[in-house]
Amino acid sequence: MTFVNWLKRNLVVIAGLLTLAYLLLPNVVVTVFSFNQPKGRFNYEWQEFSTAAWQDPCGVSDLCGSLSLSLQIAFWATVGATLLGTMIAFALVRYRFRARGAVNSLIFLPMAMPEVVMAASLLTLFLNMGAQLGFWTILIAHIMFCLSFVVTAVKARVMSMDPRLEQAAQDLYAGPFQTFVRVTLPIAAPGIAAGAMLAFALSFDDFIITNFNAGSTVTFPMFVWGSAQRGTPVQINVIGTAMFVVAVLFVLASMVIGNRRNKQKA
Amino acid sequence: MATLTEAPPPLSPTAPEKKPPRGRGRLVPYWLLLPGILWLLVFFALPMIYQASTSVQTGSLEEGYKVTWHFATYWDALSEYYPQFLRSVLYAGSATILCLILGYPLAYLIAFRAGRWRNLIMILVIAPFFTSFLIRTLAWKTILADGGPVVGALNTLHVLDVTSWLGMTSGDRVLATPLAVVCGLTYNFLPFMVLPLYTSLERIDGRLHEAAGDLYAKPITTFRKVTFPLSMPGVVSGTLLTFIPAAGDYVNADLLGSTDTRMVGNVIQTQFLRILDYPTAAALSFILMAAILVMVTLYIRRSGTEDLV
Repeated sequence: MTFVNWLKRNLVVIAGLLTLAYLLLPNVVVTVFSFNQPKGRFNYEWQEFSTAAWQDPCGVSDLCGSLSLSLQIAFWATVGATLLGTMIAFALVRYRFRARGAVNSLIFLPMAMPEVVMAASLLTLFLNMGAQLGFWTILIAHIMFCLSFVVTAVKARVMSMDPRLEQAAQDLYAGPFQTFVRVTLPIAAPGIAAGAMLAFALSFDDFIITNFNAGSTVTFPMFVWGSAQRGTPVQINVIGTAMFVVAVLFVLASMVIGNRRNKQKA
Repeated sequence: MATLTEAPPPLSPTAPEKKPPRGRGRLVPYWLLLPGILWLLVFFALPMIYQASTSVQTGSLEEGYKVTWHFATYWDALSEYYPQFLRSVLYAGSATILCLILGYPLAYLIAFRAGRWRNLIMILVIAPFFTSFLIRTLAWKTILADGGPVVGALNTLHVLDVTSWLGMTSGDRVLATPLAVVCGLTYNFLPFMVLPLYTSLERIDGRLHEAAGDLYAKPITTFRKVTFPLSMPGVVSGTLLTFIPAAGDYVNADLLGSTDTRMVGNVIQTQFLRILDYPTAAALSFILMAAILVMVTLYIRRSGTEDLV
């Protein structure tokens, strides 16, 4: 009877943990199969343990090239989207202007649109303009769909900011520029950082919009897609695993540092 | 598309009480908005217009296309590809419901029961994002492989008999069936359900649960009358964030499905990138956009949460 009661009380915990397992299972498989030595071209069946792929992550032609291209595009898309998005967020929170409703819907709509629709319509624009598909068309597209997410992230932070802090700075004879750089920007920084990280992740992992607008340029997700048709090298799993581990370590490290700082302050 | 000079400005409740500055200062917001809004107008709004125009053009790749107001393209596209449209709605709908059923306990666990494990579980929910979603989707090929442990277990538990009867699987295979596609969609968009649910659950005052208990409400009644209604904003934005991308997705249907599981996204992709029938592809994409916008508007109206963003 006590077991049944325990089960009743913890049912939601068990269900939640099962969902978490469902979310993590593919990552476990990706990691395990990065140590596989497949017999055919596809890495879907377990054969035998091997660290060959880990010793030679760039051993497949074009793999590391596509990875570095994806990192470059993600970097510039993050810079562009964060700059433009932060400016829009400040305008939306701090100023009154005409056509606010239209601006708000123009920012909301890209987030409420299936990617394939944006991808297809952007391609019709590029085709009509006769643009050369490649690095620049990918970058343009990535800045476009990352912008709205940056605006939302920064807006939330700036909205919760106390406007009296800036007034205080001005009372202490800080000019508008000085106030912005030394007061406004540091307070808004976490929101801007969150927006930038989101933009980087979205851009780096984007497949659908890139697939339409890349021409013959191959980003990392495009490489993975292509290899799903031709044969999946183990190196894909190595890179997937490495990125997961690096990300988790990065987050854990920043949490530890944050905790230590809080303790020092206290 | 409304221009920047139309319509009187609706006053934002969050705008600080400041006198509008005179002279050059009045232009500051417009300068701040200009580059970003221009970007969205040129690369988001304008393409929609181009797409609408492409959908009513006729011609061929060699001779070029002309606008002939050939609306029959829409009719042809719908009558030929309505199964794919229906499939998209069905698969995305099932995936959304599954995400809600699976995601709610997890969000609840993080919000109320995780204690000091909260941050760790949050990291574990977000961390898979850092492995490319294509790699993770390919992993499902291994997990659901024919004769693998998962398929074996489902067979022994007679789950596959039920899903076969529902038309979701055929024989003792899971890969290349609708079930695999729905499973992949559910997996891929689950975090987009969990995060908004968690945000709205976390805002609920724990004392409301105690109060419900003090008033002799059973846990299930507390959930039905207090917790769930208060989490509605999360439910609404979670279902939208799951359904919209799932309905347009073609990656899961391509990697985990077969030619019998093609969704509307697959058709748009093949028409655009392989068959190069631009008018049909544009018409399909336009129909998908219109359908999603109508559904989203109706849904937001009905559930009464207008201020989602």
